[in-house]
Amino acid sequence: MTFHSILFERPEDGAEPGRADPDYFVDLNLNQIVDAILAGREEYALRPFFLAPLRSVDAIKYRHEIMQELETPGLHDAVQSFARKMSAMRRFRGISDRVVNKQVKEGWLLNSVEAYCEAVDRLARDLVALNPKSRGLSSFLEYLKKYAESDGFTSLGAETKKVRADLSASKYSLLVRGNQFSVRKYEGEAEYSAEVEKTFAKFKQGAVKDYRIEIPEYLDVNHIEEAALEFVARMYPEVFQGLESYCAKHTGHLDKTIAKFDREVQFYLADLDLVAQLRATGLHFCYPEVSDKSKEVSSDEGFDQALAIKLMRENSSVVPNDFYMRGNERIFVVNGPNQGGKTTFARAFAQLHYMASLGCLVPGREARLFLFDRIFTHFEREENLNDLRSKLEDDLVRVHSILDKCTPNSIIVVNELFSSSALPDAVFLGKKVLERIIRLDSLCVYVTFLDELSTLEKTVSLLSTVRPDNPEVCTFKIERRPADGIAYAQAIANKYELSYERIKGRIKP
Amino acid sequence: MKVLLMHRDRSFDMERKLPPGAQAVTQDLELGVLLNAMARDDKFLLDVARRAILLSLVDLDQMLYRQSTLKDCLKNSRVVRDIYKVAEETTASEKGIWGWYNPYNSTDQVLGRAVKVLQLCVGKLKELRGIVDTHAGEFESEGFRALCAMLKEELSDEYLASVQRLLNGLESSDGTLIRAELGEGNRGINYALCRQPEKKQGRMARVFGTNEPRQFTYSVDANDDTGTEMLSKLRDRGINDVANTLAQSSDHVLAFFTSLRTELAFYVGCLNLHELLTQKGEPTCFPLPMGRGTRALAFEGLYDACLALKLEQRVVANDANAQGKDLVIITGANRGGKSTFLRSIGLAQLMMQAGAFVPAKSFTSDLSHGLFSHFKREEDTTMKSGKLDEELKRMSEIVDHLSSDCTVLFNESFSATNEREGSEISRQIVSALLEKRVKVFFVTHQYEFAQSLYEKKMANALFLRAERKEGGERTFKVSQGEPLETSYGEDLYDRIFLGAAPNPASAAPMTSR
Repeated sequence: MTFHSILFERPEDGAEPGRADPDYFVDLNLNQIVDAILAGREEYALRPFFLAPLRSVDAIKYRHEIMQELETPGLHDAVQSFARKMSAMRRFRGISDRVVNKQVKEGWLLNSVEAYCEAVDRLARDLVALNPKSRGLSSFLEYLKKYAESDGFTSLGAETKKVRADLSASKYSLLVRGNQFSVRKYEGEAEYSAEVEKTFAKFKQGAVKDYRIEIPEYLDVNHIEEAALEFVARMYPEVFQGLESYCAKHTGHLDKTIAKFDREVQFYLADLDLVAQLRATGLHFCYPEVSDKSKEVSSDEGFDQALAIKLMRENSSVVPNDFYMRGNERIFVVNGPNQGGKTTFARAFAQLHYMASLGCLVPGREARLFLFDRIFTHFEREENLNDLRSKLEDDLVRVHSILDKCTPNSIIVVNELFSSSALPDAVFLGKKVLERIIRLDSLCVYVTFLDELSTLEKTVSLLSTVRPDNPEVCTFKIERRPADGIAYAQAIANKYELSYERIKGRIKP
Repeated sequence: MKVLLMHRDRSFDMERKLPPGAQAVTQDLELGVLLNAMARDDKFLLDVARRAILLSLVDLDQMLYRQSTLKDCLKNSRVVRDIYKVAEETTASEKGIWGWYNPYNSTDQVLGRAVKVLQLCVGKLKELRGIVDTHAGEFESEGFRALCAMLKEELSDEYLASVQRLLNGLESSDGTLIRAELGEGNRGINYALCRQPEKKQGRMARVFGTNEPRQFTYSVDANDDTGTEMLSKLRDRGINDVANTLAQSSDHVLAFFTSLRTELAFYVGCLNLHELLTQKGEPTCFPLPMGRGTRALAFEGLYDACLALKLEQRVVANDANAQGKDLVIITGANRGGKSTFLRSIGLAQLMMQAGAFVPAKSFTSDLSHGLFSHFKREEDTTMKSGKLDEELKRMSEIVDHLSSDCTVLFNESFSATNEREGSEISRQIVSALLEKRVKVFFVTHQYEFAQSLYEKKMANALFLRAERKEGGERTFKVSQGEPLETSYGEDLYDRIFLGAAPNPASAAPMTSR
C-alpha cells in the first residue's frame, strides 16, 4: 500500500479534525492533559489530532503499532533527531529570507539545505538499520528510501557538501590594533589556549568555573562583521562564486510527504514524552485492549492523568485505582467521604477511554476499554445557582438533553446530580435517571452521596476509603464494596516503628 | 598534583556531607570545646577539624597512615607550620587581587586578573620549593616524603621559568591576532587568540615588503560608536577562550594551595591541641585501632579531653577492659562521673578514627562503623508525653542509619516516662540492637532495665558503676559492679533543697582525684 499518513492508514480513517475542545473537555480535565502533551510543540499545530477520536479498532491498532516502535530507544532517537534537524532547517530558512546582506543570506540558505539533507539522509539510514515492522513506519520507509536514492536528492547532497567544504577551508585571521583591523589568510599561528592548558595541566583537577563572559549574540550581523566578511570573500573569490550559483539553483528543496511526516509523527513523540515523565515518578502506562463490542472494561492501576501531571509538578504523586466490569455490569456508582477521590476516579474512567480512542498510551499496567461513540458529562455548574428550583430544573434539562443524544455505545459521567435538592427529590430523580441509563445500556460512572442508588441492576457499588487507623485521612483508594457504612478497624500503629521486631527489620546487615 | 596527607589515595573532601547524627554527637560529646582548642579562633581550622573528627575513617590502614603523618608533624612542627603559612598567605593574597567587588565585565579584566594571580602563585611555588629543598630530609612519614618528592619534581626550575615566559607573553601588547573560520550563515566562528609570529625581518625586508602577508584593512571611524563597540566585541570573542582557560588554570593552581592548606589544617589543629594538653600535664597516646567487629575496647587513664580543656585542674581518668563486650551498662550515683565517662569513650573513639592521638595513657578499640548518641535533653521542657515523643523520634532517626558494628551511646534515654514503661522500651531497643551486632553503651537509672539485663548473665555485657565511698563521697571513678536499686539523688536533694552542708568531695564535683 502506498504511504498515506503516519496517523491514518487510509484517508477514510481520518476523522474530521476537531476545531474546538468539546464540552466535556473541561469537566474531565482532558484539556489539561492535551495542553501538557502539546507543551513545547506549538510549531507543529497538533491540537486538531487530539480532538479527533478514532472510529475503528483497526485505526487505533495502526497507531499502537507505531507508538510501540517509537518507544524503543533506537527509533525514538532516530525520529527525534530527524525532527530537530527539520526544525533547524525551518529556522535557518527563516533567517535567510529575512536578512539583506548577500553573503549572509546565502550562508543561511546553505545551512538550511544542509540540515534538510542531513535529516533525510540520517533518517533513511537509521530506519533501514532499525527495520521497523509497523504498517505506518515500514511503508513510510519505503517511500523515504526511494526519495533518498533519487537523483535529485543525491546531487543536492553532493553539491551542498562541496560548497561547505570550500567555505570551511577558508580560514582567516584578524589583527586588531586600536580602532582598526586587518583581515588576512590564516597562516597557522599557534593558539594560546592550548599552550596555557598544557602548561598548567599538572594542576588540573575537578570541576571548573566558567569564566567566559557572555558576549551578546546579535541575530543580525553588524557592519563590522560585514566588512570582515566582504574582505574574506575578496580573499577567496572562487569559493564565494560557487556559493552564489549553488543558491540560485536550490530554493524549493522540501518534499511534501516528508514535511507532513515531520509534523504528524510529533503526535507520538508528544504523548511518549509526557508518558516518560510520568513513568519516571513510578506510574504505569499501557496499550489498552480496545473493543467496539465488549463492555467488560477494566483497568489495573489506572489514574487521573491530569491530576498526575499536576501532582508531578508539585513533586507529589497520584494514587492509582483498579476497576472492572463483568457480565452485564455497566454503571459504577461511587459513594464515600468527600475529598476521597470520587470525582477523580470518574474522570480517570472517562480519560482512559478518551486517550485510548486517540491511540495513545493510557494510565495503568493493563486496560481493557470500550470504543465509544460519544462522551457526555454532567458536572455541577456553580454559576447557575439562582435558586433551588431553577437549579433543579437546569439539572434536569441538561440530563434530559444528554439522555436524548446518548446511545448504547456512549459513555456518561455524572457527578453529584441533584446534590442541592431535597433528599426525597434527589433519591427519586436519581433513580429515574439511572433507570434510563440502565435501559440504554451505556457505560456510566455515577458519583453520588446517595447510598440508595448503589443497589440497582447493572450497577457496581464503589467506595472511596479512609485509613483504618485514622479515619480522618482518605486513602484515595476506590474499592468495590457495598455502601453500608464504613467499619473503621482500629489498628495499633507503632508510630515510630521502634518495637523489637521492627527495629530488627530496619537495621541493615 | 595532589597533596595526599589526609588519605593515601585521595584528597580530603570538604564537600562531603557529615554523617547522620553528627549534630547530636557534636552536642552530646561537647565536641565544640575540643574543636575550638584545635582551631584557636581560626574558622578554617575549625571547619577542617570538625570534618576530620566527625567523618570517621573506617579503614585501619588509612588510620595508621594519618597517625604516621601526625607523628611526623609533632616532630617537625615548625616546618609544618611554615608550609601551612605559605598556603594560607597565597589563598589570602589572591582575594586581595582586584577585590571581590569588581564584576568581570570584560575579557581583558578576566585575562589581566588571571595573569596577576598566576604571577603571585609562581612566587609562592618558588617559596615552597625553597622550604622543601632545605627540609625534605627531616620527614619520615610516607605522606610527607611523597609530598616533598612531588614538589621537587613538578616544580623544577625549568618549569617555573616556562610559566613565567607564558605569562609575560600574554601581558605584552602589540595588537591582538585572532584566528577565525566561517560558520553558520557565513558568520565568523571559533575565534581564538594566537601568538604573533616574531618579527625576524630586518629594516630592509620591511621596506620591500617581501614577507608581509596580503591583507585588507578597515578603520573604524572615530564617530562610529556602534562600530567601535562591535569591534571590541569581536576582540572579546577572540580573547574569551584564552581568558577563560587562564582563569581556570589560576583556579587550579589556587586549588592546589587550598588543598595544601586543607590537608595540613587537621594536623595544625592536632599540634595546637597537643600543646594545650601537654601544658596541662595530661597524657596523650597514639591508639591501637583493631578491625571492625573485634570488640577490642580497653584503656588506661582515659579522660574526657573536653572537660580537661575547660578546667584548670587535672581531671579524673578511668581504666576499663571491655574486650569481647557488645554492651556496656553504666549505673550509679548521680553526678558521679557517668556522663563524663561515656563522653570520654565516644570522644576517644572519634579521635582514634580521625587518625589523631587520644586523651589516655593507652587506648585500643575496634573500628566503629558509625557513632551515634542518644542523650537525654535537659533543655526540652515540653510536657512529659511530648518529651518521650521527641526521644522516640530521635531514636527512630538513629535506627534509620544503623548497621552492624555501629556504636550507640545512650545517656539516661527513655526516662521521660515511668520506669516500667521506660525500661520496657529500653529493653526492646537494646535487645534488637545487640542482635543486629550494634555496640551499645548505656548510662541509665532504670534499675528494672539494668537488672533484667544483668540477670541474663550475658558474656558480652559489661556492667560498670560510678563509685561512691561510705559517707556519700564521690570519687568520679567508674568501676565494675552490678546495678544498685537506690540512686544517690537523696543527698543531692538534701544539698540543693534543704541547704545541707556539702561534703568536702563535692565542693569541686568533677575534679577530685
